[in-house]
Amino acid sequence: MEEKYIKHRYEPILPSKEEWPVVKLARERKEFVKKVADLAENRILKQTGNNPEILREELETTLYREKLRIKQNPWVVDPDDEGEFWGEVKSSLLHISSEEKKTSRFEGYKSVLNKITNRYAEEIASNFKATHYKFTRSVVTYGFSRLLNAARVKGIKSIFSNQYTLQDKIQITGETDQIRDLATKGTIVMVPTHFSNLDSILIGWIISVLGLPPFIYGAGLNLFNISIFAYFMNALGAYKVDRRKKNLMYLETLKTYSKEAIQFGCHSLFFPGGTRSRSGTIESRLKLGLLSTAIEAQRANYQAGNNEISGKIFIVPVTINYHFVLEAPSLIRDHLSSTGQERYYKENDEFSTSYKISKFLVKFFTKGSDISVSIGKAMDVLGNYVDKDGRTIDKNGRQIHTRDYFMSDGVVTVDQQREEEYTNMLGKRIVEEFHKINRVFSSHLVSFTAFEMIKRKNQKLDLFELLRLPEEDSIIPYEEFKKECQNVLNAIFELKSQGLIKTAPHMNRDIEEIISHGMDNVGMYHAKRPLVMDSSGNITTQDMSLLYFYHNRLTGYGLEKLFK
Amino acid sequence: MDSKNSSNEKVIGVVGVGSFGTAIANMLAEKNNVIVYARKKEVVHEINSNHSAQGKKLDSSILATNEPKDICERCDILFFMIPSSGFLEVVRTFAPFLFPYHLIIHGTKGLSLNLKPGETLDTVKRLNRNQILTMSEVILQETVAVRVGCLAGPNLSKELIQGQPAATVIASKYNEVILEGQRLLRSEKFQVYGNSDIIGVELSGVLKNIIAIAAGALAGLGLGENAKGLLISRGMVEMVHLSNALGGSVKSVFGLAGIGDLVTTCNSVDSRNYTVGYKLAKGESLEEILASMDEVAEGINTVLIIKAFLETTGLRAPITENLYKVLFEDLEIEEALQFLMKYPFSVDVDFV
Repeated sequence: MEEKYIKHRYEPILPSKEEWPVVKLARERKEFVKKVADLAENRILKQTGNNPEILREELETTLYREKLRIKQNPWVVDPDDEGEFWGEVKSSLLHISSEEKKTSRFEGYKSVLNKITNRYAEEIASNFKATHYKFTRSVVTYGFSRLLNAARVKGIKSIFSNQYTLQDKIQITGETDQIRDLATKGTIVMVPTHFSNLDSILIGWIISVLGLPPFIYGAGLNLFNISIFAYFMNALGAYKVDRRKKNLMYLETLKTYSKEAIQFGCHSLFFPGGTRSRSGTIESRLKLGLLSTAIEAQRANYQAGNNEISGKIFIVPVTINYHFVLEAPSLIRDHLSSTGQERYYKENDEFSTSYKISKFLVKFFTKGSDISVSIGKAMDVLGNYVDKDGRTIDKNGRQIHTRDYFMSDGVVTVDQQREEEYTNMLGKRIVEEFHKINRVFSSHLVSFTAFEMIKRKNQKLDLFELLRLPEEDSIIPYEEFKKECQNVLNAIFELKSQGLIKTAPHMNRDIEEIISHGMDNVGMYHAKRPLVMDSSGNITTQDMSLLYFYHNRLTGYGLEKLFK
Repeated sequence: MDSKNSSNEKVIGVVGVGSFGTAIANMLAEKNNVIVYARKKEVVHEINSNHSAQGKKLDSSILATNEPKDICERCDILFFMIPSSGFLEVVRTFAPFLFPYHLIIHGTKGLSLNLKPGETLDTVKRLNRNQILTMSEVILQETVAVRVGCLAGPNLSKELIQGQPAATVIASKYNEVILEGQRLLRSEKFQVYGNSDIIGVELSGVLKNIIAIAAGALAGLGLGENAKGLLISRGMVEMVHLSNALGGSVKSVFGLAGIGDLVTTCNSVDSRNYTVGYKLAKGESLEEILASMDEVAEGINTVLIIKAFLETTGLRAPITENLYKVLFEDLEIEEALQFLMKYPFSVDVDFV
C-alpha cells in the first residue's frame, strides 16, 4: 500500500477491565437504572407542569399507543409480560381517576409514571458482561483473520497462516492517537456514518484495536431479534433503542439514560444519522435527539462545578467507507419508495437471518473488498476543535472555554431552547467533518461519473424516469468516460488540497488503473452490477438504482457542476 | 430562566455612535449603565467631557472608550450599531476580545460578500447564497459569539431622539437574546417585538432599501400616491421572493421589519436611499449623487449584490433589475417605469 495506515494493535489505555467505565456501570446497573427512572420521571413531571390532568393525558396516550403496538407490531424480543403490565397500568389509571382528592390522584399518577419509567429504563439498560466482550472480540478477530488468510494465500490449507491480518483488510486512518489520548482524559462520544448493519460490529472491533475500553451505544431493538446479533450487541455494550416507541415517556427515559451514562464517564457511540443512510449519501440531516444528550451532559457537568478536563465531552466524527454495501439494493429501493414514486417496494432485509449474515461475512472476507475507517479530529460539544490536551481552540487558534457557551450573567444556566440550537449547530459541524474526512474510493469515482454522464445525456428526464432508463440508452463510450473521470478526479484532488475531502491511496494510480479498480470493486457482490464493461469495451449499468446509490456517496461537494 | 434582576449593575456596551447608535445608547441608558465605543479619540473625549457625540446629545451617565478590549471585558451584552461599510472591519477588530458568553445584537442593515482572497464582485459577477453574508452571519463567521440577534424596524433616529412612540423587532434564534433585548429596551414609548427568523428580519431590512430608492425616484418624477401604493405592494412581493430565495421566511416580510419599515422608508425624505432615487429622477448622475453624500446609501450596494445573486437563481426581480439598469447602465428612469408598467406580472399575490 502506498499510504501508511494503522497496522499494529494498540496497547489498551486501561489495562485492567475493572477500570473500564462500562464495567463500573454494569456493576452499578441496578442503582443506575433506578436513578435514570427517577430522573426521567422528574423530567416528565416538569414537562407536564406538575399538572395531574396533563399527566393523566400523557399516561393515557402512552397506554393507548403501547397497546396498539403490542397488537399490531409484535417482535420476538418483546417480553412476555407486556400485555399484563399495560393491563395493570390501565386498571390503575381507572382506579385513580375515581379518587376524590386532587392531591391523591396526583400521587397515584406519579406512581404509575414511575413504574413506566422504571420498566423502560430496565429495558433500555445494557447487559454488558466483560467475559462476553473478551470472547466476542477474539471470535471476531480470530474468525475473520482465519477466513482472510485462507482466501488470500493458498486456499484452505493456509487457514492458520498469519500473513494477512484484519487490519490489511480494514484500514484505519486519521486521528487515532488523539482519540486514545482524550479517552484517558475525558469522555468520548463517537459519531460514525452509517451505511450497513455491519457498522456496529466493525466499529466495536475498531474501538478494541485502538486499545479503547468498550463504548456504549444505542442499537435498534430490531437487531436484538436476531440471536447472533443480540449476543454481539450485548457483548459490545449496546443499550436498546426501540424505534416503535415514540411516546414522551420512552423518549425522555432514553435521553436520560444516554445523558447519565455520558456523565458517568462511559464513552458512547451514536449513529447520528439515526438509521442506515437509505440513499447512499453522507448523512446531511442528523437525528438530533441523542446528540442533544451530549450537550446536556456537558452542561450538567459544568453546572455541578466540574470544570476539569475529566468532565469534558469530546465529539469524534468517523466515516466508514465501502466499495460494497450489502444492503444497497433494499436501502435504495426504500429510499426511492419513501420519495414517493416506486410502488412495488417490499421489505427485504438481507440481515434477517444468522445464516445470511454468515454467508455475507464469508463472501466479504474471502473476496477482496477493502473497507476504510477514518477517525476525525475531536471537537467539543459546540463543534470547536480541541488540542491534544482537550482544550477548546477557536478558528484563530485562541483557547476558549466551552463553559462560556452555557453562561449568562456570569453563571451556568439551563436553557432548553438554547441547547436545541446548540444541537443544531453541532449537527451541522458533524456533517461538515464527515465530508472532510470522507475517503474517496475508485468505486465512488466511477459510479459518480457514470451516473452524472447518463443524467447529462438525458436532461429532460426526472430522477425516476432516469432510473427506469433502458440499458441500451445508458451506454457510455470508454474514452469519453475516461476523460470525465479524470475531470472529476482533478476536482477531488483540488478539494483535497483545501482539506475538504480525503482519498484512498489507490486513487494516486494511473487513471486507467483507477477506473478498472473501481469497476471491479463497485458493488461487487450484487446480482446485478451497478457498472459493467460491455463486449465492445464501453461502460454500462445493469442496475440504475444501485448506480445511483453508489454515486450518492460523492454528492454534497458541488462536483455535479462539472457536468453542466 | 432565572435571570437576576440586576439590570442596574450590569453594563451594556454600544459599539458605534452614529445617529442610530446614539439613539439606542440613550434608550438603554434609561435603565442601565452604558459604555459606548468610538474609534476616534476626539469623539471619546467629546462624549466623556461634553456628553455629546459629534453634536448629538448623549445621556450624561454614558461613558466612552476607544479600547475594544475594555468594552468587551466589561460588558456581556454588546449592541453593534455601525454602518455596513465598516461592519466587517469593526467585527474583526473586536473578535480577539469576544468570547462565547457574549450576547451581540446588531442594528446594521446591509449585506457583506464572502469571497476568496483576490476576488471582487467585478471578477466573480455571479453570486451564490454562500457568497453573501447577512450581518449576523458576519458575526458568526468572524467571532466565537453565537448568541447573536438583530434589531430592525421603522426606527428613524430623529424620531427616536424626540421620544416619539415607536417599535422595533429583535430577531434571534435564541429566546434568551430576544428576552434580554426586550428587557433592556422596552419602555412606555418603545415596544419591542421578538422574531426567531433572524435571516428573514435582516433581509427585510436590507431589501426594503432597494424599494426605497424606487420610491424616491417616483417622487422625483412627480408621481402621486397611487404610484406609491403600487410600488410598495409590488415591492413587497419582490421582497418576499428574494427573501425566500436567500433563506428568510415569508412571514417576516409582513412584520415590522418588512412592511413596517418599508412604508416608513418610502415616505421618508430624510432617508439616504430615498434621496438617491429622488435625485436620479431629477436628472443627476450616480457619480454626482454619490459625490454629494458623505455616507454611501446602502441600497446601491444591495442592488449590486442582488443583481449578481439573480444571475445564479433564475429568479426574476423586475424592480431590482430595472433599478440596476438605471443606476449602472444608463437606462432612462422613464423607460424603466414604462418597462415595469408593461411587465406581465398580472397575478396579484402568488406566494401565500
